[in-house]
Amino acid sequence: MLDHLTKAAARNIFYGGTLFFFIAFAVLVGDSVRRARVMEANHPISDAVAHGKRVWEQHACFDCHTLYGEGARFAPELGKVWLKYGGAKDPDGAREALKNWFAAQPTGVEGRHQMPQFHLSDTNVNDVISYLQWTSTVDTQGWPPHAPE
Amino acid sequence: MKYQSQQVAKLYFNGALLIFSLQILFGLIGATIYVAPTLVPVDVLPFSVVRMIHTNALIVWLLMGFFGCAYFLLPEETENELYSPLLAKVQFWLFLVAAVVAVLGYLVGNYDGRSYLEQPLYIKLGIVVVALMFLFNCTMTIVRGRNTVITGILIMGLWGIAIFFLFGFYVPANLVIDKMFWWWVVHLWVEGVWELVMASVLAFLLIKLTGVDREIVEKWLYVIVGLALFSGILGTGHHYYWIGTPAYWQWVGNIFSSLEPLPFFAMVIFAFGMVWKGGRDHPNKAALLWSLGCAVMAFFGAGVWGFLHTLSFINYYTHGTQVTAAHGHLAFYGAYATINLAMITYAMPLLRGRAPYNQVLNMWSFWMLTGGVVLMSVVLTFGGVLQTHLERVMGMDYTEVQQQLTLFYIMRLVGGGAVTLGLILYLVAILLPPREPARLAAAE
Repeated sequence: MLDHLTKAAARNIFYGGTLFFFIAFAVLVGDSVRRARVMEANHPISDAVAHGKRVWEQHACFDCHTLYGEGARFAPELGKVWLKYGGAKDPDGAREALKNWFAAQPTGVEGRHQMPQFHLSDTNVNDVISYLQWTSTVDTQGWPPHAPE
Repeated sequence: MKYQSQQVAKLYFNGALLIFSLQILFGLIGATIYVAPTLVPVDVLPFSVVRMIHTNALIVWLLMGFFGCAYFLLPEETENELYSPLLAKVQFWLFLVAAVVAVLGYLVGNYDGRSYLEQPLYIKLGIVVVALMFLFNCTMTIVRGRNTVITGILIMGLWGIAIFFLFGFYVPANLVIDKMFWWWVVHLWVEGVWELVMASVLAFLLIKLTGVDREIVEKWLYVIVGLALFSGILGTGHHYYWIGTPAYWQWVGNIFSSLEPLPFFAMVIFAFGMVWKGGRDHPNKAALLWSLGCAVMAFFGAGVWGFLHTLSFINYYTHGTQVTAAHGHLAFYGAYATINLAMITYAMPLLRGRAPYNQVLNMWSFWMLTGGVVLMSVVLTFGGVLQTHLERVMGMDYTEVQQQLTLFYIMRLVGGGAVTLGLILYLVAILLPPREPARLAAAE
């Protein structure tokens, strides 16, 4: 195998091809970033949402939960949890229900995965909920299956 | 061992094995929490912290192993001593201290960032300093000495690791953009530049172990890393299906990530072909077993298990289930744990000035570790398929579905037990003196 390929040719194909594919990738990523900015203009990221994302990161929520399927699989997917709680029709009700959820942890139910009590301040709870409200507005190409409307 | 400065590799290999043990310990704790969720008090040690230590320790020990591989391989390839063994030692202790501080911090809730990049900012900056010290040392060694294809591909991979890590500092408020560039670290590492490191270390080992002509190995090396990057760079598309990115990524991801098994398949053909061709009957049989095992397990873990769920119309259902976890375990073990363990098996007897001792024990550890990881991955695959069906097809609730997976999680814990046993065998084989003192004396 590879008898007709010289080492110099193999080297040139490797470097040339890598450069070509990386440029192609960068162009596509650039276009996707532009579209994400357009989406952001339609669904502005308020200070509360941006801070909520920081709360999410500082408590390593992704080390149990997933957002759009990424993170750990120890706890439920939360990308569209706002809609699951009926946030599209009754935002105040959804916010209240999610706050109660945070307050009720850990449940201590035998055999169930446990979530810690993070003792979040009112601002932090509100902001992380605002963040999850924002994530529910992103067009995820119909993922996950059976996502609430 | 021809060059005195190769000795610094021993420090790195010992450190890598120490942190590998830490990774397995926290893996066992995590697997136990899955089986008995209320056993470990959640306020003392939540699952999130366990997972964080498990995954971070994985990355740190693999990187530490890569550093060791580079420091062992470069003097022999470039035919001169390392530029600065002292700098290499300082770099090691700085990296180890950063890792220990990070882990202790995690235990008391000091973390910040995204998955795998939970390190606080000062630790991340420390990692950059470590990387700069390392790259400077390696680059200067290469500049001063003989240039080979192996050193060229290796240093390209190592620079790539450092450059793509920098995207870990970019954390925009827009989650879609955040995720896109998070994958520039995660995917372009493990399905990109890490493959360059892996392939060049494997090529080095095969030259040493089989005695095959360098010219043939180097041509193969270009073909393998070419296939890896041509498929792997645009293969990032398979992570851009459902994160708020445009639908064209489904085309890009389907086409290019379907080709991602090819470089691993080429590695299998290459590795076995070289052993077939090579006339050398190298005494370190265990190192050869690990090298061939690396090629095969990387093909199954990264190649086959990746392909199982890479197509968008399958991934739509399996994304974010235990199928992903199964692939993650088999791929990291198959491609990156084994290449490090292969190099350590080859280099440690030389670094310690002994004949390749405790070979049989080392080979047992290969089968035990590999068997354990395969068991974990296979049961997680079956569990993941069931989870996919119940949760994603039938639409059942997450928590309800988890109750159905207990049997799979118990068997995964059994697999983890086998991995632990395999690791202990490996440590004994590598670190403890051989049982027959006569052979030790003969070697010295």
